[in-house]
Amino acid sequence: MAWFKRTKENITTDSQDKKDIGEGMWIKCPNCGEMMHKTQWENNLFVCIKCDHHFRIGSKEYFDIVFDKGTFKEFDKKVTSVDVLEFADTKKYSDRIVETTKKTGLYDCIRNGTGKIFEIPAVVSCMDFTFIGGSMGAVLGEKIARAVNKAVKTKSPYIIISKSGGARMQEAAIALMQLAKTSAMLAKLAEYKLPYISVITDPTTGGSSASFSMLGDVNIAEPEALIGFAGPRVIKQATGKDLPPGFQRSDFVLEHGFLDLVVHRKDLKEKLFYLIKFMKD
Amino acid sequence: MNRNVLEFERPIMELEQKIEEMRKYADSLDISNEINKLEKKVNELRSSVYKNLTRWQIVQIARHPERPYSLDYIYLMTNNFIEMHGDRNFKDDKAVVGGFAYLDEKPVMIIGQQKGRDTKSNIYRNFGMMNPDGYRKALRLMKLAEKFNRPVITLIDTPGANPGIDAEERGQAEAIARNIQEMTRLKVPIIVCIIGEGASGGAFGIGVGDKVLMLEYCWYSVISPESCSSILFRSWEYKEQAAEALKLTAPDLIEHKIIDRIIEEPEGGAHRNHKEAAASLKQAILEELKSLEKIDPDKFLDLRIKKYGSMGYWEG
Repeated sequence: MAWFKRTKENITTDSQDKKDIGEGMWIKCPNCGEMMHKTQWENNLFVCIKCDHHFRIGSKEYFDIVFDKGTFKEFDKKVTSVDVLEFADTKKYSDRIVETTKKTGLYDCIRNGTGKIFEIPAVVSCMDFTFIGGSMGAVLGEKIARAVNKAVKTKSPYIIISKSGGARMQEAAIALMQLAKTSAMLAKLAEYKLPYISVITDPTTGGSSASFSMLGDVNIAEPEALIGFAGPRVIKQATGKDLPPGFQRSDFVLEHGFLDLVVHRKDLKEKLFYLIKFMKD
Repeated sequence: MNRNVLEFERPIMELEQKIEEMRKYADSLDISNEINKLEKKVNELRSSVYKNLTRWQIVQIARHPERPYSLDYIYLMTNNFIEMHGDRNFKDDKAVVGGFAYLDEKPVMIIGQQKGRDTKSNIYRNFGMMNPDGYRKALRLMKLAEKFNRPVITLIDTPGANPGIDAEERGQAEAIARNIQEMTRLKVPIIVCIIGEGASGGAFGIGVGDKVLMLEYCWYSVISPESCSSILFRSWEYKEQAAEALKLTAPDLIEHKIIDRIIEEPEGGAHRNHKEAAASLKQAILEELKSLEKIDPDKFLDLRIKKYGSMGYWEG
């Protein structure tokens, strides 16, 4: 009976050694736990190869995804915020901006670009959640205004890719006013009969959803994105009720009639192309 | 003693009560001198307290349970008010009231967020927190005003849009977004009056206008001081500090052109004299309407869009 009796020690790796191997090369899906090689993950547009979980990505990645290679050109890059309220919480707002810019290389939570989507010229604004939670202030309002003007001038369709926690508290009522500024600019775009497509990604809540994100001629969302006005924690606290499964996620919002489509990231560019073609050609 | 007395109002109220009591004996005793002295003292005290209010104290006055609410103003300012109901989609949201009314001879559409006075009426009014149906009801009334070329007056007094499961299901965000966009291009003059609390998108959903008036002791910002404290300071304890940081009072807001005009309240706040508060507000609305009527109808829309387009500060 000795032939299946273990004679050697199991192969074991000290947990400390484990950590060192391939640091930064492997990505673990927070949804299903699948391990992916970084290249594999990037090639799959930052979507889990097993469960299709869409990782949160930034404007750089989205511009790469939606525009034809080599056509992206950023404009109005260095519009920056001015702290007239001299706002301070645990940190001064002006310091927070400088630090965040240093850390992220971004000037605010939104970037404007022109480029081509399968040969069709378009203007795209894309938000970055890493810049103070994608919170909207006067810079966002101004950049959307300029992007709309660019779209009008070049007779191009306009796309906003949203990813935002809401209005920027550090700009108080000034941030709130940007809801009107952005909505008014989109109304102007509509007067010129130019398409506006809103692409909503995880998460989009508060001021953004209560203005430009919900006002698309077509509203698109990525799968499983959190979309709503009040955040789920606030609602749970206010109502004392358990939230239904899937509450405020893309399929839920689609089911209740506030989205036209839920689109997988790998199909996003193609869908945008067909939508623009229908509305503008 | 009245339990609706704010802490900083208490010394004033106590003196006032003392004067009241002394008056009862004034017929039999000659104490008019003492009364006069005390009256002088109470006036001095009141003006020194009200001149040096902190921002948090102003928030407390804005929430005073005896403050006039939208319907109080409507009944005191207008005549022949015909209240209209429903969004023609789902229901009649009781957190917002609105309808045709006359300000003196002037026909207007008046819409306001409505709080309740006691537990029962607060539940009926949902504490002045509107649902999507409320925003759609308000928009329906504004469109009706546009159709018949009547100016729109809105009264803002809300702790925020309703944070509920059903509100999200019926598109709270979309309802507010739609209202804001439609209000930027509504073809009749809009006058917005902040009469109490102006909390964030919930307030702004009926808050875009050619002229924004604000009563003296109100607050208006992107978030309530309590919520701001809990998010930025990670505790509910810092509401006073948050109120200071948010710069949410009328003098703060007029500095950045977020509001256009501050309306003085009766001494001690609007809750001390509803009639006087309503008279001042009515006067201001009538004046603003008159000046808006002078603007070419084709032009005031451009002016409104320009006004919101220039709000905020940036470089580059």
